Amino acid sequence: MSDYLDGNAAAGALSELFAVDLTAAIAQCNGCGQTTVFAESRLYVDAPGMIARCAGCDTVLLRVVTTPTNTYLDLRGLTYLRVPNS
Amino acid sequence: MGIVSPGFTGRRGGGTDLPPGQYLTHEFPVLSAGPTPHILTDHWEFTVTTETGEKYKWDWAALTALPAEEITKDIHCVTRWSKLQTTWKGVSLDTLLADVETGADFAMAHSYGGYTTNLPLEDLLDGQSWIAYEYDGEPLHAEHGGPARLLVPHLYFWKSAKWVRGLVLSDSEDLGFWETAGYHEYGDPWKEQRYAGD
Amino acid sequence: MSWQVATVADVRRETETARTIVLDVPDWPGHLAGQHLDVRLTADDGYRASRSYSIASAWDGSDGSTIELTVEQVPDGEVSPYLVDVLKVGDPLEIRGPVGGWFVWKPEQEGPVQLIGGGSGVVPLRAMLRAHAVAGTTPVRLLYSVRRPESVIYVSDLKELASSDDVDVRLVYTREAPAGEPRVGRIDAELIEQYAFKPEDGATTYVCGPTPFVETVADLLVAAGHDPARVRTERFGPTGGPR
Ligand SMILES: Cc1cc2nc3c(=O)[nH]c(=O)nc-3n(C[C@H](O)[C@H](O)[C@H](O)COP(=O)(O)OP(=O)(O)OC[C@H]3O[C@@H](n4cnc5c(N)ncnc54)[C@H](O)[C@@H]3O)c2cc1C
Ligand SMILES: [Zn+2]
Repeated sequence: MSDYLDGNAAAGALSELFAVDLTAAIAQCNGCGQTTVFAESRLYVDAPGMIARCAGCDTVLLRVVTTPTNTYLDLRGLTYLRVPNS
Repeated sequence: MGIVSPGFTGRRGGGTDLPPGQYLTHEFPVLSAGPTPHILTDHWEFTVTTETGEKYKWDWAALTALPAEEITKDIHCVTRWSKLQTTWKGVSLDTLLADVETGADFAMAHSYGGYTTNLPLEDLLDGQSWIAYEYDGEPLHAEHGGPARLLVPHLYFWKSAKWVRGLVLSDSEDLGFWETAGYHEYGDPWKEQRYAGD
Repeated sequence: MSWQVATVADVRRETETARTIVLDVPDWPGHLAGQHLDVRLTADDGYRASRSYSIASAWDGSDGSTIELTVEQVPDGEVSPYLVDVLKVGDPLEIRGPVGGWFVWKPEQEGPVQLIGGGSGVVPLRAMLRAHAVAGTTPVRLLYSVRRPESVIYVSDLKELASSDDVDVRLVYTREAPAGEPRVGRIDAELIEQYAFKPEDGATTYVCGPTPFVETVADLLVAAGHDPARVRTERFGPTGGPR
C-alpha cells in the first residue's frame, strides 16, 4: 500500500518556520543528487512526526516534529533548497 | 492554549488501565516513516556488535532454532493508541545476549530501511524484550515489522524497532531516529515521557 | 505563518456525506486556486488534532474575507465527522493558511489545463475552475470520478461552469451510473485517451484525490506519454485500513 502524501502537504508545518514557501522550492537530495520541486517528495505523516523522502531514492530529506513546546526541524538530507528571489 | 472547538472530543476515551493520554484501539494501526522493506528470511541476518567491535550473528535458521517464548503484552504508541493483550512469539534478548561479552550500558537498535532507536541495555534484559517473528499466531507481516521486530512493550512502541537487523552496544548513549528529533530518550508511557524534557 | 481563528459563517450540504463550510477569516491575505490550509481542533482538555483541507473557493479580491472548504466524511475519522456533522454556524475554527505553492493554477499560466479528481479530490480543482471562470482564457477539462450520481459535489456549480465554451466536464461513475450513462468503472487508459488532452497539447495536469486514485491516474498519464514534469499531484491520504 502506498501510504504517503505529496511533499506539498508539509506546507502548513513549514510555514510555521519559514516565511517563504519551501514546498515550491527546488530541492537537491543528498542521497542520489536528484533535483526536484520539494512538493514532489513523498511525505509520511502516519508517524510520530512528518518525514519527507526523496521520490528517487527514499533518502530522508526532512523531518518535522511538533511537540507541545517546540518544533524540531532536520534538513540533513537536503544538499540545498533553491528559492527564487522575490 | 488558544480556543476550544465546541463539541470536539477526539478519538479517545481513555480507560483506567491505560497510561495517561492514551486511547484504546482494537485495530493494529500501521505507522510508517518510509516505504516498507520486504526482507526475505533467506537474506535476513541479526548482528550484535559490542563496544569493542566484536560481532555476533544469527541468520533466520539460527534465530528460529533458539528457544522461543509466547508473549502476551499491552502495547502503547506515542501517537496515543494502546492495544491490550497482544500476543507474540519470539526469542528473548536474554537468550540472544547470553554469550555476548559486554560491559556496555546502552544499545542502539538498527533496522532494515535505516531506522534506529536507542535503549538502555538493562531494558532489553530480564525478560523485558524479544526479537518477535510471530504476531497473533501468524508470521509477522512486513507492515508490522516482519520478518522480525524488536519487542520492548514496557516502553513506547517506537522503541520496538520494526525490521530489526541488529544492536550496537556502547558505553555512551547516542540518540536514534525519533530521539534526535524531539522525542524522549527513554519513553516510559506510564510517566508519559513523549518528548525530550518530559 | 501560524494558527488563527476563523468563524463559521455558513454551512451547505453537498451530499449525504459532504458539506461545504464557509469561513469568515479576518484579514485573509487571498490565495491561489489549489492551495490548502490546515485545520486544528482542540478538545476542552487541550488534546489536539489537525488535518489539511483544500480551499474550494477562488479568490478574486472581492469576496472580502470569506473562503470555503468542502469536507467529505471519512467513516470513523477523527476530524472529518466533526467538520461535517458537529461544527455549526458561529463556531470558531482554527486554521493555518493559505499554504502550498506547487499544486496551484494561475490565470497567467500558459497552455490548457487538465483536471482529474476522485471523490473529494475535486475540491481544489473546483477552485481552479472558479478562478478560470473569472480570468482564464485557455481550455480546461475536468475528469471527475465519483462512486454514484448522489456522490457528486458542486452539482449545480459544475453545470454552470461546464456551460462555458472553454470548459469541458466529464463525470466518471465507478459503482453506479445515472440512466443513459452506460459506462461504470474506474478511470482507465481508454478514458484518458478519449477525454484528456494529448501529450502534445502541452497541458498542465492536476490530479487529486485519495492516494491510490492519484497513483493510478498518474501512472496512466505517464504510460500514455505525458511528461511527468507536467503532472502535478495532491494525495489526500489512504482509503480504509487503520492508520
Ligand atoms: C493537502 C491535502 C488537502 C486535503 N483536502 C481535503 C479536502 O478538501 N476535503 C476533504 O474532505 N479531505 C481533504 N483532505 C483529507 C483530510 O486531510 C483528512 O485526511 C480526511 O478528512 C480524514 O481525516 P479524519 O481525521 O476524518 O480521518 P482519520 O482519523 O485521519 O482516519 C480515519 C480512517 O480513515 C482512513 N482515511 C484517512 N484519510 C482518508 C481519506 N482521505 N480518504 C479515505 N479514507 C481515509 C484512515 O485510514 C482511517 O482508517 C486533504 C488532505 C491533504 C493532505
Ligand atoms: Zn534521492
